[in-house]
Amino acid sequence: MATSAVPLEHSGHAEAHELSFIRKYIFSTDHKIIGIQFLLFSLVFLLVGGILATMMRWQLGFPNEPMPGGGLFPETMAPGGILLPEFYNSLVTMHGTLMVFFAIMPLLVGVFGNYLIPLKIGAPDMAFPRLNMASFWIAVPAGLLMVAGFFVEGGHAGAGWTAYAPLSADPEWTGVHAGQQLWLLSLAIIGLSSILGATNYITTVVNLRAPGMTWFRLPLSIWALFITSILVLLAIPILSGAAIMLYFDQTIGTHFFDATDGGQPLLWQHLFWYFGHPEVYILILPAMGFVSDIIANGSRKPVFGYDTMVWAIVSIGFLGWVVWGHHMFQSGMNPTLGTVFMISTFFIAVPSAIKVFNWMGTMWRGNIRFHVPMLHAVAFVAMFVIGGLSGVFMASNTFDIYIHDTYFIVAHIHYVLFGGSLFAIFGAITFWYPKMFGKMMSPLLGKIHFWLTFVFFNLAFFPMHSLGIGGHMRRIYDPTQYEFLQPLQPINKFISISVFILVASQIFFAIAFIMGWFNGEKAGENPWEDNGLEWSTPSPPPHGNWEKTPHVYRGPYEFSSPLVEEDYLPQFKKLDGDSEPAAAGGNGRG
Amino acid sequence: MSWILPEGISTFAADIDLIYYWILVITGIVFVVVEGGLLWFVIKYRARPGRKAYYIQGNTKAEIIWSAIPAVTVVFIGLWSAIIWDDIKGRDSVPEGSLAYDVRAEQFEWHFTHAGVDGTLGTADDFQLRNQLHVPVNQPVVLNATAEDVIHAFFVPALRVKQDIVPGLGAVIWFEATSTGEYEIACAELCGMGHYRMRAMLTIHTQEEYSQWLASQSPVATAE
Repeated sequence: MATSAVPLEHSGHAEAHELSFIRKYIFSTDHKIIGIQFLLFSLVFLLVGGILATMMRWQLGFPNEPMPGGGLFPETMAPGGILLPEFYNSLVTMHGTLMVFFAIMPLLVGVFGNYLIPLKIGAPDMAFPRLNMASFWIAVPAGLLMVAGFFVEGGHAGAGWTAYAPLSADPEWTGVHAGQQLWLLSLAIIGLSSILGATNYITTVVNLRAPGMTWFRLPLSIWALFITSILVLLAIPILSGAAIMLYFDQTIGTHFFDATDGGQPLLWQHLFWYFGHPEVYILILPAMGFVSDIIANGSRKPVFGYDTMVWAIVSIGFLGWVVWGHHMFQSGMNPTLGTVFMISTFFIAVPSAIKVFNWMGTMWRGNIRFHVPMLHAVAFVAMFVIGGLSGVFMASNTFDIYIHDTYFIVAHIHYVLFGGSLFAIFGAITFWYPKMFGKMMSPLLGKIHFWLTFVFFNLAFFPMHSLGIGGHMRRIYDPTQYEFLQPLQPINKFISISVFILVASQIFFAIAFIMGWFNGEKAGENPWEDNGLEWSTPSPPPHGNWEKTPHVYRGPYEFSSPLVEEDYLPQFKKLDGDSEPAAAGGNGRG
Repeated sequence: MSWILPEGISTFAADIDLIYYWILVITGIVFVVVEGGLLWFVIKYRARPGRKAYYIQGNTKAEIIWSAIPAVTVVFIGLWSAIIWDDIKGRDSVPEGSLAYDVRAEQFEWHFTHAGVDGTLGTADDFQLRNQLHVPVNQPVVLNATAEDVIHAFFVPALRVKQDIVPGLGAVIWFEATSTGEYEIACAELCGMGHYRMRAMLTIHTQEEYSQWLASQSPVATAE
């Protein structure tokens, strides 16, 4: 193991240096503070994205009726409270964009990559703490630019979060100019933030592991974040490049994606999805990692088939690069290519199935504690199964002819990104909250939030499958325009009402989050009786994390081991028979 | 809530629908087994005082079995889909003797050029209709489609036809309707402000009706 790259600021002592408020909480280089900054940043965008969804659902459930509170919007968005079609298109675009790039992705990678990696591998901080601070402070202006798009002339980007050219390439087709340009700039900037973060995570995992923390003793959350970081590092530059090309098409008259002047619209789709499919796994792999940690803890059992789980993460990460064409089956690309991409896509069923069955294997003959994080983790598995199975329908290029660009895909993506990623995020926040803030979140509020979210999530999104089977196109402003969709309108109304309750239910999470901070019960070092290294330091951990670098004696999931009385055996606990790990096992402070 | 596909009225609709129902049955069984198993584990293995979980790291045999079953299943669905796909969308799939039409898609309407009575495009009796396509039943039809401005998608749910039309690339779309009547054509790719109302009607006639209808359309109708 390499022994260099000790963060300069942390060599020496772990006790808090006397730092000013600004250096400690605003421009901090402490990975924990940066993780919490990302948490607050992305929860705000999660809320905004949810509110945009309720506005869309108002129009779909109650077409052309004035939206309650719609009078607050200017004439260019909702005259008389009735949403305009061009504003609806901006809502579609921005709901997707904010949720993917400013909520789910930073929640998974920005928050937990930052917070967990050093604490779980036994490092005092990230390899490059200043780069880390930069990655957060680059994300902030990106977020502001993205929000600013709502206030410019011509309205915000309205070409969908996938921004298909030439609709997105020429203001002539949408009337949107500054909005689309801000959208592109913002994505290029937040991309830079992700690239800096990923560089840091990869370096940290490779170089700063504590003595004894071998690769196959890493928790699955860290494996997942490590593989995800590689995907981020390779995928994001493709998006950034494509976004810059599209920006030039918009502003200085290039024609990369504009057919009338020799450009190729399909090139955008190839570039976007060559980034976009790895992105899908960026949005699910960390979730799978957190859920593996939480299910082992909740079940009080080792993760079933740890090695297989690692290889499943690696193979999903690899396969993610060779399936992008399944987004383009009906795009007009060579039909033989469609078959090739179908076959590669179907292979992903194998590692995905392994993961699901191994989670079930972990719970099998366990002694399951249903703390709030465990509820979310089990819900993740149950919902990911539905999202995976609906994926089989879409993976068949032949049946995809019918359901492509219908509500079937909307149902699928929400079962994966909400049922999957977001439940895992709620699980992870509730699981690591005590470590972050030193306080417990209210289990009662947590359970109310979980059950309302679980029930109304399913009521909102499960019926969307049947809209898709009925042929209901996605991204249409007013379904009542079509005769064949009119019998489906009661389902639309039902979905809308469920979404309103689903979004409103999140208030319980907000209350639990804020109340826990102020007057939550004090959390001990290890409130969940877990095995990870992060539980060997006070909650919240001091600057530098440990007085003395922890040593690692075993794998991360030794629950119910026959070697000890209790039903958990932490990685850092030395038993009589354990020998000291080789000194050069990690960060060189040993 | 329905899992039943709407009536399909093209020669390949039944093939597409059969794949759907097979996937529905297979995934339905997996759904019941996995979610049922999960629910059973959750109830059966809930924490009870004085009990310790069973300490086991894994089981290679079990893992091989549950990798192999999905692998075999998806290969089966994939090969089957590939065969039907080639019949519908393959490069040589357009049947010989198909009746040809030109389709021009633009924000936010469809223009369909019908060959006149002579049945050949590019002659003087061609005529163009806005948002209306008329075809005869039981006769393969091929649409040579172009897009003027942005990407549009030609979608006729009843025919199980969907194809993006990319500017500069165009698309060749074929189908053979198996019953008469009026069906809606939709744009399925977000194409701008009026995307939601980019709607057209497909009228499928009997062969005789179609001939009569063609005769009644004088080339003057070209002026939309």
